[in-house]
Amino acid sequence: MLAGAPAAAELTVAGFLQQNTAFNTGGANPDGQDYKWLEERAQLRLDATSGSWRGYFKADAAYDHLGRGGQTEVREAWADYSSAAFEVRVGRQVITWGSGDLVFVNDVFPKDYEALFAGRPLEYLKRGLDAVKLGVFPKLASFEFVLAPSFRESQTPDASRFWLYDPMPAVTNRETVKPGQGEGGVRVYRDVAGYDAALYLYRGFQRTPSMRPDNLAAPTRITYFYPELSLLGASVSGRAGPGVINLEAAYYDSRQDRSGTDFTVPNSQTRLLVGYQLQPWEDFNLNLQYYTERMHDYAAYLAALPPGFPVEDSQTHTFTVRATQFFLHQTLRFSVYASRNVSNGDSFVNPELRYGFSDRVWGALGANAFGGEPWGQFGQLAQDDNVYVQLRYEF
Amino acid sequence: MKNWWLCVLAALLPLQAMALSGEEAMRKSQAAFLYPGKDFKARVVMKLINRDGQERLRELTILRKNVGAPGGEQKYFMYFFQPADVKDMTFMTYKYPAKDDDRWLFLPAVNMVKRIAAQDKRSSFVGSDFTYEDVSGRDIEDDVHAIEREEKLDARDCYVVKSTPKASDADIGHKFTWVDKASFLPLKEEQYDRRGAKYKLFTADEVADVKGIPTVIRRTMKNLQSGHRTEVTYARSDYDLGIEDSLFTERFLRQPPRKWID
Repeated sequence: MLAGAPAAAELTVAGFLQQNTAFNTGGANPDGQDYKWLEERAQLRLDATSGSWRGYFKADAAYDHLGRGGQTEVREAWADYSSAAFEVRVGRQVITWGSGDLVFVNDVFPKDYEALFAGRPLEYLKRGLDAVKLGVFPKLASFEFVLAPSFRESQTPDASRFWLYDPMPAVTNRETVKPGQGEGGVRVYRDVAGYDAALYLYRGFQRTPSMRPDNLAAPTRITYFYPELSLLGASVSGRAGPGVINLEAAYYDSRQDRSGTDFTVPNSQTRLLVGYQLQPWEDFNLNLQYYTERMHDYAAYLAALPPGFPVEDSQTHTFTVRATQFFLHQTLRFSVYASRNVSNGDSFVNPELRYGFSDRVWGALGANAFGGEPWGQFGQLAQDDNVYVQLRYEF
Repeated sequence: MKNWWLCVLAALLPLQAMALSGEEAMRKSQAAFLYPGKDFKARVVMKLINRDGQERLRELTILRKNVGAPGGEQKYFMYFFQPADVKDMTFMTYKYPAKDDDRWLFLPAVNMVKRIAAQDKRSSFVGSDFTYEDVSGRDIEDDVHAIEREEKLDARDCYVVKSTPKASDADIGHKFTWVDKASFLPLKEEQYDRRGAKYKLFTADEVADVKGIPTVIRRTMKNLQSGHRTEVTYARSDYDLGIEDSLFTERFLRQPPRKWID
């Protein structure tokens, strides 16, 4: 399959120039500005191949007009070696497990939630992880081992730009402690009777931080930390009737608080996703999802929760829908994503219109609207509604 | 007197037995157009041209492997070079004769393979004037076929086959296909919509011999109602390359071997 005459070395260079603006429709930021995002960005991608080796480098340079100024970011930088029996990738790489649509069951890898809420192109939702990934492909099943020596957190929205829920707003002395250890996992996948099936194992940490006050009665300092997390999950995807069904389930084992008595650490939980995708008519795609989260040791959670803190439900139910319609020979795309947690009223709506002016230039216009209780995942962002524009020139 | 009629009948009978039915002509045409060789590879350039002459380009490598006899199951693997926002995306299809395809898409920006719904074969392929059905074949059983006449098209003898959908609620009308008597390739196709108005026109603009197999290396599909057309050129094409079954798996969807996509 991979043997053959030695191939000549090959390099492709590509990239883009982009303008991205998100204008507040629900009032100014905490820092008083009227934009959630206002930047110009350039990306450069180098892709080199030579025989069994491949190297990939993707980096951005951006200028943010809202206070962050000039920034550079290495998005991906990895080297691949492929042989018939195995493939290994070393470096900063994007890894995605599972295929939920903005619902993450088995995808434990770093994300950028600020990018999602600020109307940035969807590729920025994922962050690269510095890791070694090894793939082996025996007849029984394929294995993907991931080992990351250092921890990389998900990016949460900046509190100076986004109105967020804060249970202890008076405490200004805050520090962050990141895990000193690495993390690892494995995905085992194969075809089972025409369905794509996979099992997932992960041992590492939560990607979004928990808050621990130094003293509950009279807090003077808050420490952000990333609780230990292990995951055992599974997914099945395949044809069901006229469409495609996607099932995912995972058990989140909160290793450092298995009894549920530490209120600062999320309890162990089970997550389940049922998704159904179909194409009812030409150029129209519909993706429906039902998602549920069930907290374990709920009685211990209630007993440990300090007064004044919002009480979460033991189980929540969320429905999402994404409708996408193409026009004009698929150059114009209108899509709407809506999510509603029927247990606590948390909701998120994201309509977007995207047009390809030519093969090199595209533009998008969209909006983000958040609703729900002030302590909800989306509800806390209720004052952060925005309208955004993306414009990209690819070369 | 009776004997004379019997002689004429006897002389005519062998001719009747040798005449091709419309369905047979279309089966042979599909076999020649979509199934030749055990496998197939082509570097394809599609130009999408609107009525004002504005062009968009889609460039991809298509790999096809037959799983069994012509008219049966096939596997397709496509890797995109252009335009920039689909570059490095790969797309895989398992095509089955009488049921919906299984389709997968690999998105390099988020390193995700997802299965996609494939119900509507009449959807446009990458926004071109060709539908998935035009690209991978419409089920012969879905239509009633009859050879209307024989005529010459650019000095080539052709059967003109009329195909009418069996389903009364089909969203397309009938079509005429000019099937080359020698190679059985479809050289021209006139598609009509439900109201009987001309809808699309397919023409095989250049046929070349590739490894002894007549191959349409340039073709055009024109939408006569919108004025939009798609011109497809095979920059390179080849058959019987020994493409393994293992190519059509998630592993190579994520990282296609260079030799298969060049």
